[in-house]
Amino acid sequence: MANSYYDPADLRKFGNITEWSEELGKKFFDYYGKVFEDGALSAREKSLIALAVAHVVKCPYCIDAYTKDGLQRGITKEEMMEAVHAGAAIESGATLVHGVQMMNKYDKLSM
Amino acid sequence: MTQSILTDIKKAAKKSLKAQEDELANTQKQLEILSGDLFAGGELPFFKDKIAETGQFPLKPKKLEVLQINVGYMCNQVCAHCHVDAGPDRKEIMTRETMEQCLEVIRNTGAHTLDLTGGAPEMNPDFRWFVEEASKAGIQDFIVRSNLTIILANKKYHDLPEFFKKHNVHVVSSMPHYTRGKTDKQRGDGVFDKSIKALQMLNQVGYGMPNSDLRLDLVYNPSGAFLPTDQSAMERDFKKALKEDFDIDFHNLFAITNLPISRFLDYLIASDNYEDYMYSLVEAYNPAAVENVMCTNTISVSWDGWLYDCDFNQMLDLKVASKVKHIKDYNDDVLSNREIIISQHCYGCTAGAGSSCQGTVA
Repeated sequence: MANSYYDPADLRKFGNITEWSEELGKKFFDYYGKVFEDGALSAREKSLIALAVAHVVKCPYCIDAYTKDGLQRGITKEEMMEAVHAGAAIESGATLVHGVQMMNKYDKLSM
Repeated sequence: MTQSILTDIKKAAKKSLKAQEDELANTQKQLEILSGDLFAGGELPFFKDKIAETGQFPLKPKKLEVLQINVGYMCNQVCAHCHVDAGPDRKEIMTRETMEQCLEVIRNTGAHTLDLTGGAPEMNPDFRWFVEEASKAGIQDFIVRSNLTIILANKKYHDLPEFFKKHNVHVVSSMPHYTRGKTDKQRGDGVFDKSIKALQMLNQVGYGMPNSDLRLDLVYNPSGAFLPTDQSAMERDFKKALKEDFDIDFHNLFAITNLPISRFLDYLIASDNYEDYMYSLVEAYNPAAVENVMCTNTISVSWDGWLYDCDFNQMLDLKVASKVKHIKDYNDDVLSNREIIISQHCYGCTAGAGSSCQGTVA
């Protein structure tokens, strides 16, 4: 038994979730596969979006998976880091924009 | 920790594994690793069992299409991923006598493609003589695998683009990435700039230009423990970047998977990536790729004339399982009855869209 909540080897077992709920698991993986196909956005662009989101949701499995996916697609480390910053900027912006709510509340409560 | 091991590998990479007397220079040791616990313990299936699932074992050759001749392991570069373990310290070079035996086969075989490789094939002292003689045999597609930097390595090689053109040679060149950093990391400092210059020289004589009959294709090998994906998307990216940044044209990009043997195996083990890499290969296994795997239409000849199912088997010293084992005794009929020798490195050619010296196969 691994003595950590996250074991890198568990990523390989992701597909096993289908075993306990075949219909939903299958629908999810079909959807997932379809999402990352070339479409209006290229698979390459979607890989960078996935990498940024992986960091924002802080999913170690997803970070491993989409760093490797990026390498496989010839995506450079500069592109990867810019994607991470784009995610980080939105995440910190999402925190900071709530500052307006704080300001509104502060003003409302203050004489 | 891993970083310091990798720095050691990089330092050592100025010499071949053979010159370093590394235990992985021993092909038996490599084969033991490839059949080790990961497979013998049942965690992953042996390649033999995997292809048996779809009735593809034993693997048998089809019509011979490609004769691939390795004219020697000497090279001006010592690339970190090289499956040949080539380098300046390798002295194995094909003699003119063996070349003559090869020419006899080239003239009589039905193969439509002749594929010269190395090492840097141009470093063989009889290379030009061999190309001149072989080009008279009327082979449809005559490939020379050039590492590009050789063209700039010494004045005596500067005219290679003209020489290739004169003999209508199809040039296939390695280019791991369109950025300097990734290229130099895999192939050595300065390799990127020299490769760019060499490609421009080839373009100047007409190689790789749109609608030109002088074929110039590039080979992309991943520079690390990951697989190549989507050859056509990579080709688009390479074309765009090389054109915009360096005004370079080329025809096609072949994405080739690194097989877990020789120096690449050494890297995988030292960087603690071996297990994950083998998992990636097995997970990406594609039975459709087995159908067209290159050992089914290729014979590989070593510098000393021995015959192999492919260049990788050559580097593992797995000679063909046939009564005919040497180019001097070459016989199409006898060879076509052989069984192809396989081990777990073969997963490298059947992953995803498949991989061969001509790129994807599925």
